[in-house]
Amino acid sequence: MKCTFTPSICSYCGTGCGVLFETIDGRLNSTIPMKSHPVSQGKLCIKGWNLHEHINSPMRLQKPMVKTFGRFINTSWDEAIQITADRFREIIDQYGPDSLGVLVSAKMSNEENYLAQKLARAVFGTNNVDHCARL
Amino acid sequence: MTNSINGIEKSNCIFIIGSNTTANHPLVSRRVMRAKEKGAKLIVADPRGIQLSQFADVAVRPKLGSDVALLNGMMHIIIENGWHDAAYIEERTEGYEEFAAAIRESTPEKTAEATGVDPEDLYRMAEAYGTAKAASLLYAMGITQHVTGVDNVKSCCNIAMLCGNVGIPGGGVNPLRGQNNVQGACDMGGLPNVFTGYQPVTDEKARAKFSKAWGCSLNAKPGLTITDMIPAILEGKLKGLYVIGENPKLSDPDWNHLNHALQELEFLVVQELFLSETAQVADVVFSASALAEKEGTFTNTERRCMKFEQAVKPLGDTLPDWDILARLGTAMGYPMHYNNAREIFDELSALTPSYAGMTYERLGYDGLQWPCPTPKHPGTVYMHKDTFSRGLGKFHPITYQPPAEKPDKEYPFSLTTGRMFAHFHTGTMTRVSPHLDIEQQDGYVEINPQDAGKMEVKNGDLLTICSRRGELDVPARLTNTIDPGTLFLPIHFGENPANILTSSDAFDPLAKIPEFKVSAVNVRKAQAEIVEKTVS
Repeated sequence: MKCTFTPSICSYCGTGCGVLFETIDGRLNSTIPMKSHPVSQGKLCIKGWNLHEHINSPMRLQKPMVKTFGRFINTSWDEAIQITADRFREIIDQYGPDSLGVLVSAKMSNEENYLAQKLARAVFGTNNVDHCARL
Repeated sequence: MTNSINGIEKSNCIFIIGSNTTANHPLVSRRVMRAKEKGAKLIVADPRGIQLSQFADVAVRPKLGSDVALLNGMMHIIIENGWHDAAYIEERTEGYEEFAAAIRESTPEKTAEATGVDPEDLYRMAEAYGTAKAASLLYAMGITQHVTGVDNVKSCCNIAMLCGNVGIPGGGVNPLRGQNNVQGACDMGGLPNVFTGYQPVTDEKARAKFSKAWGCSLNAKPGLTITDMIPAILEGKLKGLYVIGENPKLSDPDWNHLNHALQELEFLVVQELFLSETAQVADVVFSASALAEKEGTFTNTERRCMKFEQAVKPLGDTLPDWDILARLGTAMGYPMHYNNAREIFDELSALTPSYAGMTYERLGYDGLQWPCPTPKHPGTVYMHKDTFSRGLGKFHPITYQPPAEKPDKEYPFSLTTGRMFAHFHTGTMTRVSPHLDIEQQDGYVEINPQDAGKMEVKNGDLLTICSRRGELDVPARLTNTIDPGTLFLPIHFGENPANILTSSDAFDPLAKIPEFKVSAVNVRKAQAEIVEKTVS
């Protein structure tokens, strides 16, 4: 048996408490507080203590899906990406770049948010980028 | 936050307005309690009786949406008694004379009329805040989700500047952000009018800089906010939408209106962990990896950029969000090749002055608080120390305006929305978490026992609530923590979606934030046949 502890940040609210993900033989097993963390100082709330549970949920999506005749069909990444790229390209060609919008996420990392707005601005050519800060 | 979470413990007075801190930011409320143990005064203003109200030196329950009136009333008393910081006002601010003249109107009597707060309590609040050496103001969506959201925030800034509380340890104007990386998403340019680090898209220099870095020409026209996107879809201007890790079907105002809009889209892509309400109506769904399955950084409410690491392999055929984005960009003819999140971080920090001094090595496990402009800069614990971003701090005279919807004969109740301790936002994550789900499995609405008594409603009875937008059935929870005439509905439960009732027309004209915190509704005991249908 191999047990590891990986530092992470709780993704529930904006406080940013330090957690350690405990894995046993490659399986995510529990969340424990990071003792030395400057924000949370070794404490967590009920949501933080159970942070790993949503990640281990059997409800998680496991494959990209495309809707065909009203039903979702599992597909490969190459196909899902290509279909999306083609449809976005068609919409840009037909209606212009400002006919597309991107809702980025307050749950994604900084790197991912940066890339999402870069995609909207540099690839789509629109500033229609927003997220749920107001909601 | 202008100040830090650690700094709360250095405060002599903590003023909490529009934040149910113990439920929504428990580890911040812990610092509030520690400050209190060290002798700090605690003031709580919230339309509901929240947990922290029980520990407060003064706790008041102002009417929904009366925050500007309350703050103006406090400032009136502070100025009358000379508790304001004249030297600070002289040295650090402008516009005081005009502002002070306007405040003279906000007498305790007028304030009591607008807010329902007893003048004696108002005096005690003003005294506690005004006479404290360092006072920290904490707020959350109770301040911002109003048609007067910007006015409310400016009023918070006014009172903080009036008493010299900005730019000192233990002071500050401190919004508590509700999502783990809402600060980071804003910092990273996830907004229609700015690139990273709030560099405006309308600024030619900023555009030239990003244009050079990204090797493409850039659109100078600010984009649409989320609140503007929905009407744009209905007008046929917006044809395709790419939604990443959000569930607007539950989180956006006026459910029926939005549902209709999403159906009008030619193409909807949703990137998600779960088949959320929004993902169900998508044309393509991208299965994303979760937190423990990738690395990256988040920036918390006190501007602290912190690293998280990968603990396990991505589940099934999922990919980290950055990998999906890079593949899509590449497939559309714009090569995006990154080996890991660190390479993206190096690219973004080079383009973002407030993050320029940060690297993964420097972040360590404690992170760094922006602004951190150079590789030797230690980060910024509290902001506006010697000067404000604009130089002098500006006082804005603000006149109180009531919420967009007032109770009337047809819709005699006021409804407010929020979160409860065990769940998070639209519940996509917490309701599939067994130990959180068990705390609260169903939606409910809080109602005062007096109101419930008049309708002969007991705990658990089904109520029908209607607004001008729609109606829903939800079990009643009788509690004295809510005043008669007011209802509280949590936002987590897709089977009783609060946003069937809220309005998409009532929003702050500047910030475009919807007025989730006040809707006029009527309420009645659900009809017997409806009850049977629900039970079967």
